[in-house]
Amino acid sequence: MTEAVSVGAPALEDLAVGDVVATRTLELDRPRLVRYAGASGDFNRIHWDEAFATSVGLPNVIAHGMLTMGAAVGVVEDWAGDPGAVVDYQTRFTRPVPVPADGAAAVEVTATVGAIDAEARTVRVDLTVVHEGVKVLGKAQAVVRL
Amino acid sequence: MTVALPDPAFAGREYPATPAYSVGREKVREFAAAVGAQHPAHHDLEVARGLGYADVVAPATFAVVVAQRAEQQYVADPAAGIDFSRVVHADERFTHHRPIVAGDELVTVLHVDSVMHRAGIAMVTTRSEIFAVGADGDREPVSTVVSTLAVRGEGK
Repeated sequence: MTEAVSVGAPALEDLAVGDVVATRTLELDRPRLVRYAGASGDFNRIHWDEAFATSVGLPNVIAHGMLTMGAAVGVVEDWAGDPGAVVDYQTRFTRPVPVPADGAAAVEVTATVGAIDAEARTVRVDLTVVHEGVKVLGKAQAVVRL
Repeated sequence: MTVALPDPAFAGREYPATPAYSVGREKVREFAAAVGAQHPAHHDLEVARGLGYADVVAPATFAVVVAQRAEQQYVADPAAGIDFSRVVHADERFTHHRPIVAGDELVTVLHVDSVMHRAGIAMVTTRSEIFAVGADGDREPVSTVVSTLAVRGEGK
């Protein structure tokens, strides 16, 4: 296991499956959700209206799954040194992230090399995305061309 | 009250190409800031050009903005039978044939790949094929966005 320091693009030859290439803590608070709603055009009330969210059975306002997905891949873009190097990115939304009125929900992201394709010059980076000890994204995988 | 599930007859449908979505430089910066994408190529024109791009580069999930507009053709159609108060986003996948950059004019062809019912839940999968339109009208494949919604039926 190595902790990579990002200086330019990583070299495919230096990577091994299981390497942790980046970690980051995302702080998701209510202003962040409103900001994402505006930027993305997703104005579903469950992401900003607590009374509405609880009326449909949610524990609280929840973060957009697409916000969590979009924020998590930032570590991969930064590690790759070129955001355009992310050629494929997928996830399942397994658990919601409730966001309190005050403070923030902390989401821990760990990026690990999951597979290396030396011929295609691609690396599959697997993202573990956890809130309060529970995975909130499933099979979160980004394919990076190096 | 009877809760209808999405109509399986929509599976296999393909919609006409959408009007063009013009990717604005400030929109790319705004979306990048909203997801916390810190790489300077999202924000700084000179850095983006230094990496060989024509303009600032959209984050990996920016295509959702374009795809969700196209998806409205289907999910907002009353005949499709999708009750949005019962919808949960199940999964999402972006495949980029090339990065989206500011200045792109993007048209989307929406496909309903499947509508499946299982144990009172419907899984609806759409695929947005996003193309850049060139000055000559040619279409270049840019991104494929596959999105699955889970729709809860009655009692779920």
